Amino acid sequence: MTHYSALSLVAKAFSGHRSWSRAWRDPVPKPAYDIVIVGGGGHGLATAYYLAKEHGLRNVAVIEKGWLGGGNTGRNTTIVRSNYMMPGNTMFYERSLRLWEQLSQDLNFNQMVSQRGQFNLCHSPASLDAARRRGNVMRANGIDAELFSREEVMRRLPYLDYSDDARFPIIGSLFQPRAGTVRHDAVAWGYARGADALGVDIIQQCEVTGFILERGAVVGVETSKGPIRAKKVGTAVSGHTGYLAAKVGLRLPLETHVLQAFVTEPLRPMIDSVISYAAAHFYISQSDKGDLVLGGDLDGYNTYAQRGGLPLVEHTFASAKALIPSISRLRLMRQWGGVMDMTMDGSPIICKSPVDGFYINGGWCYGGFKATPASGYCFAWTLAKDEPHPDNAEFTLDRFRNGYQIDEKGMGPTPNAH
Amino acid sequence: MLRFKCPVCGLRDETEFDYGGDATVVRPATAETAFEPWYDYVFLRDNPRGPHREFWHHSRGCRQWVVVERDTLSHDIGDVVLARDAVKENRS
Ligand SMILES: Cc1cc2nc3c(=O)[nH]c(=O)nc-3n(C[C@H](O)[C@H](O)[C@H](O)COP(=O)(O)OP(=O)(O)OC[C@H]3O[C@@H](n4cnc5c(N)ncnc54)[C@H](O)[C@@H]3O)c2cc1C
Ligand SMILES: [Zn+2]
Repeated sequence: MTHYSALSLVAKAFSGHRSWSRAWRDPVPKPAYDIVIVGGGGHGLATAYYLAKEHGLRNVAVIEKGWLGGGNTGRNTTIVRSNYMMPGNTMFYERSLRLWEQLSQDLNFNQMVSQRGQFNLCHSPASLDAARRRGNVMRANGIDAELFSREEVMRRLPYLDYSDDARFPIIGSLFQPRAGTVRHDAVAWGYARGADALGVDIIQQCEVTGFILERGAVVGVETSKGPIRAKKVGTAVSGHTGYLAAKVGLRLPLETHVLQAFVTEPLRPMIDSVISYAAAHFYISQSDKGDLVLGGDLDGYNTYAQRGGLPLVEHTFASAKALIPSISRLRLMRQWGGVMDMTMDGSPIICKSPVDGFYINGGWCYGGFKATPASGYCFAWTLAKDEPHPDNAEFTLDRFRNGYQIDEKGMGPTPNAH
Repeated sequence: MLRFKCPVCGLRDETEFDYGGDATVVRPATAETAFEPWYDYVFLRDNPRGPHREFWHHSRGCRQWVVVERDTLSHDIGDVVLARDAVKENRS
């Protein structure tokens, strides 16, 4: 593996950048591994990386039906933050943010971590009170949070609609300075390269179609490239967790839904942070290329189709215009959708399942990108030690049975939170 | 845009409807005191990749609940019937 550095960049320039070696191998699957991870998104690749790095488990394969990061890792709007307040979530997401802060160095791959700060706008005294409480919980846990008045928001984000006609008045904001964005493809590629260098086999264009079961335990996977045995199998397949779990007889507390994202034509630098417009369920940031990256709500019905419908396009752009009137004439360049597991409490699942040999990493709803490093770290721990790390101890399947849902939004069992 | 043929109003846009989730989920009888049926009802879903029977409420139309057959992979829409008729079928 070539070490990436300014020096290697200059050296390779002399050969016209033609002598770079592959970032990871393209191996033929072995008949058996200690651990097989299904899904080559950020979570699966991070899991393999930490299995090898933290636990010395290198006889590991990641099996991906398409290409690395072709799922939600490459489809999301790349926002990372740790403004959670429910026990179980708070320190997990903070671990993730701390891992993001070191990740470029750790992986020797520029993750373009940009801690530009995130605003969560408040539109009523009640929402400001809720934001103050959330901020206090964060600060009590050593996480950065600030509460801004309307005047401070006006000073920092002068282009929002503060007029009397504004659809939802902006009366303040919660702000997390360390939140921001990360380059999504680099996450998949960086973890893939790191895992491969430690001996992990990354197998693309190979779909897991079922599981090999012996005496009720999972002992391998059936794939489009033939059976592969494994002592343990972990899934990290975002929207397809329920579909695969059904193949080992598990019904899960989740539904699969689509979320869309959009980019506009590029602009000069305008939005230097991430802005969430809570009242309309809308958020926006600006990429380094200058295009505005924005998204809204779920389409709202069960679907595995990686595309959304026009009603949500209209909703999202109505929200964009209501918040930032000056962008109303921008043209939309691209639109796409990704399908996600929406759990009944809006929080994820990282645990050993009731079926021996079968481990689940899923239920990420639409906030799982920020979780990638901690998710991989904790899932690797769970797979290696057969017990959860303290930071994922609450992300069990049992919590729904035992009444310990982690309901960050406080809205009961509906599969549409976060 | 999804479009459903409401048995009362005819072909209408998705925007006139609200989604009501999986229509195969059946609420246990109120007298049911066992844990499992209620746990199943509140939390667990088949979440199929393919044909799905689901409730929609024609809230900006005739205000009837309907049951739609829709494929969650292709979005092909099959039969749309009034929910009260579908429920009768379930019970018979
Ligand atoms: C539009 C959109 C915007 C989002 N915005 C944000 C955001 O701003 N911030 C944030 O934190 N989160 C966001 N999310 C959520 C985030 O993208 C996901 O939670 C996260 O990327 C999930 O990563 P993953 O590795 O679990 O899944 P994926 O990247 O989807 O990887 C799963 C992989 O599994 C593969 N797979 C599936 N089935 C099989 C099979 N049978 N065999 C082999 N391989 C299989 C898929 O091909 C896929 O590559 C967003 C999601 C969407 C859709
Ligand atoms: Zn009608």
